[in-house]
Amino acid sequence: MVGRMTRREFFRKSLAGTGLVLAISVNPFALRLIKADTLQEEPSEAFAPSAWLQITPDNRVTVMVNKSEMGQGVYTALPMILAEELEADWEQVQFKPAPARDAFKDPVWGSQSTGGSTSVRHMFPALRKAGAAAREMLVHAAAAIWQVPAEECRASLGSVTHRPSGQRLTFGELCLKAATVTIPDELPLKEPSGFSIIGTSKARLDIPEKVDGSAIFGTDVFVPGMLYAAIERPPAYGARLLLFDRKSAKGTPGVRHVVTLPGAVAVCADTMHAAWKGREALDAKWGQGSHPDLSNESLERLLINHADCEGALARQDGNPHDALFKAARRVEATYILPYLAHATMEPMNCTAYVQQNRCDVWVPTQNQSGVLQAAVELTGLSSEKVHVHTTFLGGGFGRRSETGVAEEAITLSQETRRPVKVLWSREEDMQHDFYRPANCAVIEAGIDARGLLTAWSQRIVAPSIFSRVLPDFIRKGVDPSAVEGVVDMEYEIPHARVEYIKLDTPVPVGFWRSVGHSYNAFTVECFMDELAIAAGEDPLAFRLKLLKNHPRTRGVLKTAAEKAGWGKPLPAGRGRGIAQHRSFGSHVAQVAELSVDTESGMIQVHKVVCAVDCGLVINPNTLTAQMESAVIMGLSAALKEKVVLNHGGVISENYEDYEILRMDEIPEIQVHIVKSKGPLGGVGEPGLPPVAPAVANAIFAATGARIRRLPLTAETILEAVGSIVSQKFLQ
Amino acid sequence: MVSLSVNGKTYQVDVEPDVPLLWVIRDYLKLTGTKFGCGVGICGTCTIHVDGKADRSCQLTAGDVQGKNVTTIEGLPKNHPLMQAWVEKQVPQCGYCQPGQIMQAASLLHENPSPTDEEIKDFMSDNLCRCGTYPRIVQAIKRASREAR
Repeated sequence: MVGRMTRREFFRKSLAGTGLVLAISVNPFALRLIKADTLQEEPSEAFAPSAWLQITPDNRVTVMVNKSEMGQGVYTALPMILAEELEADWEQVQFKPAPARDAFKDPVWGSQSTGGSTSVRHMFPALRKAGAAAREMLVHAAAAIWQVPAEECRASLGSVTHRPSGQRLTFGELCLKAATVTIPDELPLKEPSGFSIIGTSKARLDIPEKVDGSAIFGTDVFVPGMLYAAIERPPAYGARLLLFDRKSAKGTPGVRHVVTLPGAVAVCADTMHAAWKGREALDAKWGQGSHPDLSNESLERLLINHADCEGALARQDGNPHDALFKAARRVEATYILPYLAHATMEPMNCTAYVQQNRCDVWVPTQNQSGVLQAAVELTGLSSEKVHVHTTFLGGGFGRRSETGVAEEAITLSQETRRPVKVLWSREEDMQHDFYRPANCAVIEAGIDARGLLTAWSQRIVAPSIFSRVLPDFIRKGVDPSAVEGVVDMEYEIPHARVEYIKLDTPVPVGFWRSVGHSYNAFTVECFMDELAIAAGEDPLAFRLKLLKNHPRTRGVLKTAAEKAGWGKPLPAGRGRGIAQHRSFGSHVAQVAELSVDTESGMIQVHKVVCAVDCGLVINPNTLTAQMESAVIMGLSAALKEKVVLNHGGVISENYEDYEILRMDEIPEIQVHIVKSKGPLGGVGEPGLPPVAPAVANAIFAATGARIRRLPLTAETILEAVGSIVSQKFLQ
Repeated sequence: MVSLSVNGKTYQVDVEPDVPLLWVIRDYLKLTGTKFGCGVGICGTCTIHVDGKADRSCQLTAGDVQGKNVTTIEGLPKNHPLMQAWVEKQVPQCGYCQPGQIMQAASLLHENPSPTDEEIKDFMSDNLCRCGTYPRIVQAIKRASREAR
């Protein structure tokens, strides 16, 4: 069982003389520091303290992390930022997952959640300030003990030293005294040139327990007296439960409860195995659902038909209509991309225990605020009686922003009055996801007589994520996540128009690593390649000409091209493709090198060279790892992934029919960090968008075949290559 | 009642012999390093050793391993060269698949102490990782293989 201190307990322990505890409060105008003892009573809602550190006499520095660790390294990166200003010895620093409380809300979002590659960007100012304040207080405490001016004392590597006398005390020795010092008004922050922790490849703090198997994920939570729940779900969207055999399920050994839920039935049992046996015994019969004709074929027709409709205006620069008319050359293309599943290795799960006056939820979540709110609504308890314990997440990628599985566990615990663990099977996870939206883009562009791109007109058809999760952010009918990366693309195009057409299907959509960028980078960067060829230019040179005022993107493009040997001859059948995309504040360019077997349609990606500029780098090794990770996930989507719909539901079931990239399919991946003084960018997602277009462009370079749909299966490639061959034959 | 030998200890577990070994290891013995991923033996997160060879615990029953020695990630020595290499190469991201990866890799090195890149990829390709830690897994196995020599 995972035990976590509540904030009240945290205070009590801290104030019982364990050392210096600092909270950071954020009001809409400024960061304000407060000492924890001033927060002993529940803080007023006007203050939302957002970061914590605790220094204890055992000389440990504990950083409370309000962001979820799903592999992106926040349990290390956020403590590094605080430790830097604190002048801690990195060896003394440890992390602790924060409970779900107002105090730990993201100061930018006002909610406790992890996503959008924002953790470092949102927490950087607050954590620096917390570290700096604690450092100043430790220095003042030491000065008071030694009765010397504070200016003569200096904090470094976890100790304060009085320079003239050489006296030295550790943070642990000073923490009790420091807790009595008033927080200074002036908080000098370090110059980046003086950073000694930030910018170094510190070993991740969560890795040892992930290597020896002791790390606790959601599935690893056990609560005494706990039941395991298996849920029978509809096989098609909108399908109604016609009948099920409650008696037989109830009679299965180990089964304790059969609970009817809205549109589903849950079997709660003493073991997971018994719960699954009980679910089989339900022998549930379902109706055909609300969209029995929905299939991949019908979806594709819907996407293409919608592209003929006029959409909501997302961008209008100049007069693209006239500019297209006047263009020396016009190019048009249509792209179609499928729904994608998250397929996190840890299936959705949650354990909840609702008692009369208390509700505990153990959950691998990206959305503590959402889980807390759901628990409050379902139980009627006030929020301070709800305790959300965040475990490690066995993959997130946006999927764990959803709170459905927590709602199921809470409801079943209420029904059974027992702790309940809900664990989805892989099939449930695959078939009841909130998918990356399927989408279609139609782009038309004009090139002038000098070969310069003058006009761009794009229609994007996609289901809307925001209309469900953030409806207030829909502006004039435009879902910003559907058009991101196109409305704000960096290419300098005088006349541009982007329209968004919302597609309604029963398939639920959600955030999937890099969201709209995951498909918009594909359409924009593949089309940019088509335009370069139409203009008779090298794809790199063509792009650079359109990025005169965008030095960071020029920088990553040039670095990736140079390191990949761009322009150097390759053997027949091999090709290189380039793509760039700015997302989440970071600039990434990639060059893919591959070969295509035109007989079988098989492609082998040999190498992906990635250049990234994310501004200040907190942990270079983590940045590199995230680029590798994003390249592989993006490649997986590009080459293999597609959710298959039929008879109104998802028929992809498991990793057999929703394949993800395997170890023998990975290319060599080179990551080059381009240093810059640009603002902080995100790291978890920006490496993904450029891979698919780089690969598709490389296929063109190798074969002359343009592929405008994903995934790049052997059949798709054969078809495209075949059409080139037949065109040549006809000529 | 089933008698099991896991990590050198003998357990009498009150289960039917047809219960998947994965659930016995996790839910009865509370050895949670072995993970549930797909339930059909294709993702590798539940990889354990039976008599020293990698196998999928979701595809074995408690009855299948009676009289055999089962090893889970918890049964590997903490200073195992693979674990050290995994830390050194900073392999894990989310970490969920890693115990299975390490158990698969341990079985590989047991059979083939100096595998080539191709042999590593071939042997490891049925262990999936959604975070894409594959390149580092290859490096870590090579590192451990050098270490072992």
